[in-house]
Amino acid sequence: MTRESWDATQSRLIALGERIVDMAKKSGADVAEAVIGEGSHLSAKVRMREPELVEEAGSRSVGLRVMIGQQVAVSTTSDLSERGIRRFVEDAIELARLSQPDPSAGPPDSSLLSRREQHVELDLHDDRVDSIDGASAIGHAKRAESAALEYDARITNSEGASFSRASGARALVTSGGFRGVSRGTYASLSVHPVADDTTEGQGGKKRSGYYWTAKRHYAGLLPDDVVGREAARRTLAKLGARKVETQECAVVFDPDVARSILGLIAGCIGGGAIWRKSSYLVDRVGTKVASDLVSIVDDPLIAQAPGSRAYDGEGLLSRRNVVIEKGELKTYLLDTYSARKLGLESTASAARGGSGGVSPTTTNFVLQPGTTSPEDIVRSTKKGLYVTEMMGFGFNAVTGDFSRGAAGFWIENGEKTFPVSEVTISLNLDQMLQRIDMVGTDLDLRTSIASPTFRISAMTLAGK
Amino acid sequence: MSQRYQAPFGPQGTSPIDPRLAEKLLGVALSKGGDYADLFFEYEVSGSYGYEEGILKSAGRGVSMGLGVRVRKGDATGYAYCEDFEVDAMERAARTAAQIADAGGKEPVGLAPLDTPKRYHVELYSLDVAGELKRDLLRRADEAARAADPRVSRVEASISESLREILVATSDGTMVHDIQPLIRFGIRVIAEQNGKRQAGSSGGGGRMGLEYFDQRSPEWHAKEAVRQALTMLDAREAPAGEMEVVLAPGDSGILLHEAVGHGLEADFNRKKTSNYTDQIGQRVASDLCTVVDDATLASSRGSVNVDDEGNVPQSTMLIEKGILRGYMQDRQSTEFFGGRPTGNGRRESFKSHPMPRMTNTMLLAGQDDPEEIVKSVKKGVFARKFGGGQVDISNGDFVFSLTEGYLIEDGKITAPLKGVNLIGNGPDVMRKVVMLGSDMELSDGIWTCGKEGQSVPVGVACPTVKISGMTVGGTQVG
Repeated sequence: MTRESWDATQSRLIALGERIVDMAKKSGADVAEAVIGEGSHLSAKVRMREPELVEEAGSRSVGLRVMIGQQVAVSTTSDLSERGIRRFVEDAIELARLSQPDPSAGPPDSSLLSRREQHVELDLHDDRVDSIDGASAIGHAKRAESAALEYDARITNSEGASFSRASGARALVTSGGFRGVSRGTYASLSVHPVADDTTEGQGGKKRSGYYWTAKRHYAGLLPDDVVGREAARRTLAKLGARKVETQECAVVFDPDVARSILGLIAGCIGGGAIWRKSSYLVDRVGTKVASDLVSIVDDPLIAQAPGSRAYDGEGLLSRRNVVIEKGELKTYLLDTYSARKLGLESTASAARGGSGGVSPTTTNFVLQPGTTSPEDIVRSTKKGLYVTEMMGFGFNAVTGDFSRGAAGFWIENGEKTFPVSEVTISLNLDQMLQRIDMVGTDLDLRTSIASPTFRISAMTLAGK
Repeated sequence: MSQRYQAPFGPQGTSPIDPRLAEKLLGVALSKGGDYADLFFEYEVSGSYGYEEGILKSAGRGVSMGLGVRVRKGDATGYAYCEDFEVDAMERAARTAAQIADAGGKEPVGLAPLDTPKRYHVELYSLDVAGELKRDLLRRADEAARAADPRVSRVEASISESLREILVATSDGTMVHDIQPLIRFGIRVIAEQNGKRQAGSSGGGGRMGLEYFDQRSPEWHAKEAVRQALTMLDAREAPAGEMEVVLAPGDSGILLHEAVGHGLEADFNRKKTSNYTDQIGQRVASDLCTVVDDATLASSRGSVNVDDEGNVPQSTMLIEKGILRGYMQDRQSTEFFGGRPTGNGRRESFKSHPMPRMTNTMLLAGQDDPEEIVKSVKKGVFARKFGGGQVDISNGDFVFSLTEGYLIEDGKITAPLKGVNLIGNGPDVMRKVVMLGSDMELSDGIWTCGKEGQSVPVGVACPTVKISGMTVGGTQVG
């Protein structure tokens, strides 16, 4: 099969979008917005040096949001036969007649929509990622896992190593006159070694660790053996992990878990959570919500970054939003609907799901790096927990109460000492952010929500 | 039963898959020398209705369909899928999956249709009922919540419904068809008082139609959500550290699901990555504990007539009076361990390969009076409602988060506590089960289990349970 050119793909997706929008308008919709997605992926998994799984497929689906007056409905299907498309449009119309008028519903003003020539090239697609075949993916996973198994005799087992690639294209066509197509690729490699914990008192426990690399461009991935060895090192570091006494202490968050704290903030500054009064940050714009060291930016315009996009889910031109500046909350992230509910303007933060629904989202949501190296953060901590993993869902967005399982290393006099597991860390998120007293220099944009290392001066640790 | 949405490949569909075509596709899948192949045809329709600010604000419907082809050669699996049922596309998927093998070739066995039990009691599929009826149920929930208390400031209620039609054909001769209905209702309210806000929620459902609401009315759920939000307005900081914990019956089964369920999925034990590896016949819990995974419970969210590999699951004994008896198996693990398949091979959709998964995981009732259990605790925590849990199967550490819990002081349930996480180690906590109530309850269908990126609906069940020591993740030291 010859591969279709990108120009031809764009024309085909836009044409399908236009056909769906026309069909919906003819069936009685006042507003119709179609989203077309297609993609292909391949993932290969190797375990104990043998191939375990090779999965390869392409997929397509269409989503539609319609409005009749101010009655809204969405519909989605992967049945792209003539009959399937017709039914999917009819379903949307039928459901719009069932729903009730919502005074805030409606598309963005047409004058705000971006034009295709304004869309910046963000370099999110790499042909090399697309061309990786099963054998090559298996090769990457094998090399990475072997590096882990050969690193140390105590690595006796493995949950496997996986190499995946994905590539996708999406088009958005609206009756308000917007046309946009975007595409992107993503490749990742992860390794999960396992060691038997023969330390005194561990009763047959096993310890599993992992490490991974991910990028939109093939050339940006870490070498296979580097990923494997780092995964092994992290696994061995967990041998002999134990509980510590219940106490108040400083907590240092490794970038991998710091990210998930950022994710909680992201959930609390979305316009939907705000107008629904489901966030502890309601009415806090213009007030201090974190320490002076905290600046968080949502930036969709970073070249090659995982969360980048030239326009938002409603067709507004993407822009950089400073969410928290030196501890002060500057703005929520809003789509057209939540902006109307709050009497504000959209921040071009709309996401449109594959099923046609729209809600505010983050793009590249990043805690800006500070001035202290991660090593110095540990060195300046007298006693505390260095957290590498968190478990569970203990967060109440309405109140900000936070309580999660944690594992990592005990810090004593500026040194990481023994590994710790089976403890929880708890505090209200509002206080956590106010108590951030060090922010690291080590930012890596592997993920769309990203953070350097940071330290919270005191939290409650529950253990023995 | 009339069905508005029907799979094209089903017996009443526009292009039913006949055994000859399935055999031909299986032949293509095995043409490179695979040992085993299966076809998983799926057609799923889902609907959602969201009621907010006193109106039906959003309604949606989705159709997802396709064929997943799996080929196994030894321990290696090739997987591919396509999203239309044209013969060419299906053959292409079969050829792609076949690539995992590279020598020889095998013939599939002739297909024989298999009958399944009837575990879903449905009067009428929810998707075949007029939308106005669902809108009305949501309106009733909304009105009941607002009327319940002036402190209620926001109400959101939703219904999601789905109908999943599957057809499984295997190279060892099974062909089986099933239609799996699922409905889920949920309500969330926010109550405000003196500048404080708290949320409360309630929900339920199962493999049934709108008759669900005959057992549990929208008003019942509304009052329950309001009760929880008002209770939590008075919640205080929870204690931190190790203490006695009493679990309320029903949703507390989350603890089991995390503490032993995942660790007893056979793939982890086949690969020796679970901390329960090689412990069949050994003590893994106190002798009060008998744990089963039961897929037969009528209309429960976790029940299925047939798993996604064409095996009919029953009730599987996992732990008998504290002794480990067995694992939850899929086809691949059954070949490895021997014995009969338990029918736990499930997948999220045709886009995913099957794995051993739970259905309804249950800790069976004991002999103790639930009231006596609470009375026996000097200082501890009573756990009533949960947000979810997670486990690390390698070392057995697991957590679950409380959305409603109370302090127990001198044998009495006293102050409500702010949400906290509890953390423990599976084998350790199961050995610390020191009292077990006679009041076993099954969760009302709300739980979804995630594993390796795949979500499947499950149920959990347990009686009142006393654990002699667990770490409570509060903020109050000492």
